[in-house]
Amino acid sequence: MRVEITVNGQPHSREIEPRLLLVHFLRDTLSLTGTHVGCDTSSCGACTVLLDGEAVKSCTVLAAQADGCAVTTVEGLAGADGLSPVQQGFRQCHGLQCGFCTPGMVMAATALLAEQPDPTEQEIRNGLKGNMCRCTGYQMIVESVQWAAANGGAK
Amino acid sequence: MSFGRMHRKEDARFIRGRGTYVDDVKLPGMLHGAVLRSPYAHARIVSIDTSAAEAHPKVRAVITGATLGGLNLAWMPTLSNDVQAVLATDKVRFQGQEVAFVVAEDRYAARDALELIEVEYEPLDAVIDARTALDDGAPVIRDDLEGKADNHIFDWQAGDKARTDELFERAEVTVAQDMIYPRVHPAPLETCGAVADFDKVTGKLTVWCGTQAPHAHRTLYAMVAGLPEHKIRVISPDIGGGFGGKVGIYPGYVCAIVGSIVTGRSVKWMEDRSENLMSTSFARDYHMRGEIAADRDGRIRAIRVKVLADHGAFNGTAQPTKFPAGFFHVFTGSYDLEAAHCEVTGVYTNKAPGGVAYACSFRITEAVYLVERLMDVLAAELGVDPAELRMRNLLEPDQFPYTSPTGWEYDSGDYPRALRLALDMAGYDELRAEQAAKRARGELMGIGISFFTEAVGAGPRKHMDILGLGMADGAELRVHPTGKAVLRVSCQSQGQGHETTFAQIVGQELGIPADDVEVVHGDTDQTPFGLGTYGSRSTPVSGAATAVVARKVRDRAKLVAAAMLEASPDDLEWQEGRWSVVGDPSTGKSLAEIALAAHSNLELPEGVEGHLDAVTVYNPPNLTYPFGAYICVVDVDPGTGQVKVRRFVAVDDCGVRINPMIVEGQVHGGLADGVGMALMQVMAFDEDGNHLGASFMDYLLPTSMECPSWELGETVSPSPFHPIGAKGVGESATVGSPAAVVNAVVDALAPYGIRHADMPLTPANVWRTIEGRPF
Repeated sequence: MRVEITVNGQPHSREIEPRLLLVHFLRDTLSLTGTHVGCDTSSCGACTVLLDGEAVKSCTVLAAQADGCAVTTVEGLAGADGLSPVQQGFRQCHGLQCGFCTPGMVMAATALLAEQPDPTEQEIRNGLKGNMCRCTGYQMIVESVQWAAANGGAK
Repeated sequence: MSFGRMHRKEDARFIRGRGTYVDDVKLPGMLHGAVLRSPYAHARIVSIDTSAAEAHPKVRAVITGATLGGLNLAWMPTLSNDVQAVLATDKVRFQGQEVAFVVAEDRYAARDALELIEVEYEPLDAVIDARTALDDGAPVIRDDLEGKADNHIFDWQAGDKARTDELFERAEVTVAQDMIYPRVHPAPLETCGAVADFDKVTGKLTVWCGTQAPHAHRTLYAMVAGLPEHKIRVISPDIGGGFGGKVGIYPGYVCAIVGSIVTGRSVKWMEDRSENLMSTSFARDYHMRGEIAADRDGRIRAIRVKVLADHGAFNGTAQPTKFPAGFFHVFTGSYDLEAAHCEVTGVYTNKAPGGVAYACSFRITEAVYLVERLMDVLAAELGVDPAELRMRNLLEPDQFPYTSPTGWEYDSGDYPRALRLALDMAGYDELRAEQAAKRARGELMGIGISFFTEAVGAGPRKHMDILGLGMADGAELRVHPTGKAVLRVSCQSQGQGHETTFAQIVGQELGIPADDVEVVHGDTDQTPFGLGTYGSRSTPVSGAATAVVARKVRDRAKLVAAAMLEASPDDLEWQEGRWSVVGDPSTGKSLAEIALAAHSNLELPEGVEGHLDAVTVYNPPNLTYPFGAYICVVDVDPGTGQVKVRRFVAVDDCGVRINPMIVEGQVHGGLADGVGMALMQVMAFDEDGNHLGASFMDYLLPTSMECPSWELGETVSPSPFHPIGAKGVGESATVGSPAAVVNAVVDALAPYGIRHADMPLTPANVWRTIEGRPF
C-alpha cells in the first residue's frame, strides 16, 4: 500500500507493507535512526515520536496508521545548527549517558512541556514514566526537563 | 586544569539522534538474520527441516548446527574455558537456545521464514532448581562433554578454613543466614547485535558489534574461525548500554559472520528484547549460606560462606581464568576480622549461560550483599544498632594498605569518615526517632545501611587473564603539529563518558584543553590492544595508561623544548602547562608551540626522533578499592506489602574524581539498578524451565516513578599507586545499593520478627513474608 507521511516537515510517499511498524518506517525506510527500539512489548519508550503533536511509541503504531499525518522525530526538533531547549537541557544537566533512551526521552519531554509548561518534579516523573532509562537513574533527566522548562520550554 | 565538571563531548550527537549504534549501520546489499530458538529447556533434536524456509522467495540462506559442524563452528569456546553450542546439534539445553539461523532480504522476511522451519524435539527432564542439580539421578545436561555423568562444574575455595572453623568453634556468638541472590539480567536498553561483512576479494572480515571488548572479540574470532587476525576488524560503535551484557561472544554474532561468508553479502543480526532476556548473559543466581562469628560486644571474628552457583547450561561466565567465582572472596568487606573462608560450587542447569554481568565487578555484588546482610542479621541477634555495629568493625585509615584474610590488598580508605558523613547526611538519629514513633502507630518504616568495599581494575597480568589474554591495556597518543591531540585507547565506552573524561586526563597532563583531544575507541584497526570496559576497569587501567602515555609525550616535548630554547633538558621545569627554564617562566613553551617545532626543521639532539607521540601498555600493579556508605529509607504498606523508597543517601569514595558530574551520573544509574534488583527484578522459571520473565511486561525495571531523588556525598581517598590517584566507580552503586534496600525493608519488617527476606521484595513477596509464608 502507498502512504503519505510528513516527517520533520518533509513529505514522503512510499509503498509499504501494511504490517510495517512506524519505527521501522522511520529507521529502515527513511534512515532516521535517532528513534530507537528497546523492547518488543511497548514498554520502554525509546521509540517515542510525535504523531500530529502527540507522543506515541512508534513501535506500536503501524506506518499505515500514520498515513496523512505529521511525524516529528528527534532529528526534526531543532533547526540545522540549533538545539531545542529540551535537547540543551539534557546536555546541560547530564541527562544522558549511553544516549539510547535519549531521543525518545527528549520527545516525551517535549510533549510533556507542550502540555504542562511548568511541571513539578512529580509531574515530570509521572509524565516520563513510559520511558525507561538504564543509565541515569532518572534524576538528571528530571533536572534536564526542569532546565528546559525554565529556558524556553517545548520550543 | 582539566579535571572537574565538563559537559560531555559525546552528547552533541546523541541528543540529535546522530549516534551510530549497531542497528543504525546500513551497508549496500545488507541482508538480515534471525534466530530460531528452542521452545524447550531440555530436549533432543530429532530432525530439522529447513526446506520450506529455504523456498521462501526472500530467504538467502538457512544455517543449522549441521552447517556449522562442517565448518567446525557448531560449538565455540566460552570465557570460562567451557564450550557453548552456537547452533544446537544434539539437543537443546535451555529455552531460547539457538537452533537455526535464517538470512533474508529484510528483517520481516527473516522472521517469517523462522515460522517455516520444522524442528522435531524429544523432550527430556530438565534441571531447573540448582539445589537439585547434583542429586543422584539428575538428568545430565552436558552429555556432549567426554565422560560427563553429572552437572558439576567446579569447586573453588579461598581463605583459611582451619583458622576460620577454629574461630567459629570458640566464638561467643554465631549467626547463619541462607540467602539467594536471584537471577537477574543487565537488560541494556539496546539489545545485542552485529553486522558482519566478509569481503571475499580481500579476505577481510569486518564486524560491527556492540561489544565491550572489541580486541578480545577479534582475537577469539581469529582463534575460532581460523581467519588471520590482521584480516579481522571489529568495530564497536556507539553502544546503548552494556552493563556487562556485551562482554562475551554470542551465537548470533558467529551466525552473522557465517551468514556473510556463505552469502557473500553483509548480514545484520539484531536480537529483540525477549531474545536478549532469554539467551544473553544473566547475572547473579548465587545461593549463599553465610555465617558470621563475633564477640558478645559485636566485634566480628570470622565469616564462613558456602555458595551454590547456578551457571546455566554452558559455563560462559566472564571472569579472569584463575577466578571461577570471580572476586567473590572480597566478601569480608570493609571489616577487620581474623579469618574467613568460602567454598563455591558451580552447577549446570537448563538455563541460559552467564553469571558475571550487570555491574557486578566479577561477583562483588554477591559478596557485598552477603556480608552486608550478615552484618544486619548479627546486629539483630545482638540488639545492636546496625550503624554502630559497622562502626565498631570498620577498617581504620592507618591499616591501609590492608591485606584481607582472603588475600586482597586494599589500597586506601577512610571508612569511618565516609560512614559518619552518610549518617549525618541522612540525619540518622532523627530517622530512628521517626521510625520509633511510626512503629508505635503501627506504621512500617525501615532504615537500611550498606557499607561496601569494591575491587576494580582487573588487573595485574601475572594473576589475571581472560582466555590467556593478560588484562593490561594499551594507549597511544599523537599530538598534531598544531597542538591538537588524538588518544587511542582499548577500553570501550557504553555511555560512561570516556570520550570526555579520557580527554580530560590528557588535558590535565599536557596543559591543553580537553576539547582539543579526540578520543578514539572501539575500532580494532585504529586502537591499541586491550581487554575493554567492564569491571569498572577503564579508569584504573586505561585511565592509567592514558596518564602514562601523556607523560611520555610530555617527556619528549621536554627534549624538543630544550632544543628550541638551546638549553639543557635538565634545566627545564614543567609549570602551568609549559616547559620553561627553571626560574624563568617567560621562556616557557606551550605544548602547541613544542608540537609545531617537533614537526619542523628544528635541529633535534641525537636520538630524538621528532614529531610528538608515544605508546604504552599499562599493567596495573594492583586493583583499586573504591568504597561507599549507603543509607536507604523505605516505607512499607502493611496492607499491601508495597515498598516505597523514600530516601537514598550515597557517599562514594573513588579517589580523585576526573569529572564529578559523570561520577554522579554513574552513581545515580547504579542506585536505580539496586532499587530495581531489590524490589522488582527476577528471572523466574517454572518447573519445566519455561522462562517467566522474558519481556519487559514481566521483567520489571524501575521507571522515574520508582526512583527517589538521590542524595550524594563524597570523600576522596586517592589510590596511592594509580598515576592520577583515581579508582573505578562505575559499578560501585550497583554493588553497594541492593543490600541497603533489602536491609531497609527487613528493618521495616522487624516488628514481625523477620530477619531476612529474599529479593525481589515485590509487594506480593513482602506480603507473604509478613504473613509468615516466605516464597
